Amino acid sequence: MSMVSVVFRRELASFFATPVAYVFVTIFLVMSGVFAFFIGNLYERGQADLLPFFNFHPWLYLFLVPAIAMRSWSEERKSGTIELLMTLPISTFEALLGKFLAAWSVLGLSLILTFPMWLTVNYLGDPDNGIIIAAYLGSWLMAGAFLAIGMCMSALTKNQVIAFILAVVVCFLFVVSGSGIVLDAFKGWAPSLVIDTIASFSFLTHFESLAKGVIALNDVGYFLILMGTWLYASLLIIEQKKAD
Amino acid sequence: MISVKNLTKCFGDMVAVDGLSFDIRPGEVVGFLGPNGAGKSTTMKMLTGFLAPSEGEIRIADRAMQDGSRVIRQHIGYLPEGAPAYGDMTTYQFLRFIAQVRGLKGRDSERRIEEVVAQVELAEVLNKPIENLSKGFKRRVGLAQAILHDPDILILDEPTDGLDPNQKHQVRRLIQNLAKDKIVIVSTHILEEVTAVCNRVMIIAEGKLLFDNTPEALLQKSRYYRAVTLHMSYSADISGLAEIDGVDDMEVDQKTGRVTLFPHDNTEILHLVTEHIQLRKLPVDTLFVEQGRLDEVFREITQRETAK
Repeated sequence: MSMVSVVFRRELASFFATPVAYVFVTIFLVMSGVFAFFIGNLYERGQADLLPFFNFHPWLYLFLVPAIAMRSWSEERKSGTIELLMTLPISTFEALLGKFLAAWSVLGLSLILTFPMWLTVNYLGDPDNGIIIAAYLGSWLMAGAFLAIGMCMSALTKNQVIAFILAVVVCFLFVVSGSGIVLDAFKGWAPSLVIDTIASFSFLTHFESLAKGVIALNDVGYFLILMGTWLYASLLIIEQKKAD
Repeated sequence: MISVKNLTKCFGDMVAVDGLSFDIRPGEVVGFLGPNGAGKSTTMKMLTGFLAPSEGEIRIADRAMQDGSRVIRQHIGYLPEGAPAYGDMTTYQFLRFIAQVRGLKGRDSERRIEEVVAQVELAEVLNKPIENLSKGFKRRVGLAQAILHDPDILILDEPTDGLDPNQKHQVRRLIQNLAKDKIVIVSTHILEEVTAVCNRVMIIAEGKLLFDNTPEALLQKSRYYRAVTLHMSYSADISGLAEIDGVDDMEVDQKTGRVTLFPHDNTEILHLVTEHIQLRKLPVDTLFVEQGRLDEVFREITQRETAK
């Protein structure tokens, strides 16, 4: 396990040695603010909660998380450092976990840095802070699921641009699978079981209840299982493709 | 101790490494020679556990690679081809990272980094990002990384590629100075390097092991081994030279005017030749014994294989 922390620290340092982390955090803060105030009408609603803020997170993550995940394995393979990493006494799983946790921490940091939003609603009114904390946790979990997908796509290719595009497409499918766009295509011919299953894959539906402060086991479990599955897939892909 | 049996690696239809078998004992400095694409790097990748063999077995430190790859990796220091390193880290950060991975702690780690930095002369670039370093420095960072934990087995894929002659000399000295009970495997296509640092040569072409012996034995395969070359300040009758007992053949280089006498069965012929020169009072101004020409032997061995 100590190797996980060594890889974690190296990856985290690398995020901050290059401008990646700073750019990411800044863009995230600006965009989440813009969405919450101008499109979500945080003030005009006259309610002391952060729902308009959290509602836009899936859409923000859709583009931002693939951007932070795309380099994780593509770059290792392109520059050949994967050969160095994999011949050190570190297992693939430890390297994977270290990388994942480092990127997930950057996402967590971005979320924490939105605290002025929380201060604002507390200054203006009397929100239920339990709900807000639950929503933050839910958002972080969802970010982790996006990240696992992004890292898996990054493991697939040496090219970061391709990794980014693939990740956005796959994430988009997961985000919208519960909405009319996808479900309408199945309605009328597919059995309801299939439609329900597809709908249950949706990030939006699972995040919706978390954003309202309901920490249900199935929502939390959904994101955790999703992370586990995509990370396991990455593990298999890396073992398979590391030398290509 | 490295023991390899029938090692084979296929990429699709292409057989990159074809049934290699060899043992390497501590104290041996092995030079892997071969044309580009001969399977040197692939073999090294399998020895370090990066690639899984298609067939065959690798045992290192009494463990089979597939069972004990993690333990084995602790015994190995590896410089991959092209000396990859994390460009965004400084030399010091990178070596610190490797030290942590290798389980070196606190003062131990600081001491080792200091030693290695002195050994490969990295002091001046210690706080520069690796991506800004010249090719020579990058290669040396890769070397530093490989020897940091003082491994029993050192595997270096083209360690002197891209270095200037001084740096090459330095790297060779470094390899020579490593403790005598280690295993060192160096791949190269610079032939002189082999006689300079190795005590065993393996020539690989098209994935097959074609030669496995000492560098001296390799030289002995050369037609030029112990041949005597001489040059005369003005033309004289040289026909007698070819008649000397023990001289098999004589060749005259039209361009330089140098005469080369090839011995029969690698015997010493220098004293016979000098005797003859004194007897006939030949105007010789240059005279030396050839060491054997590696490039010629190398061509002969590897091209014979490809011609088949």
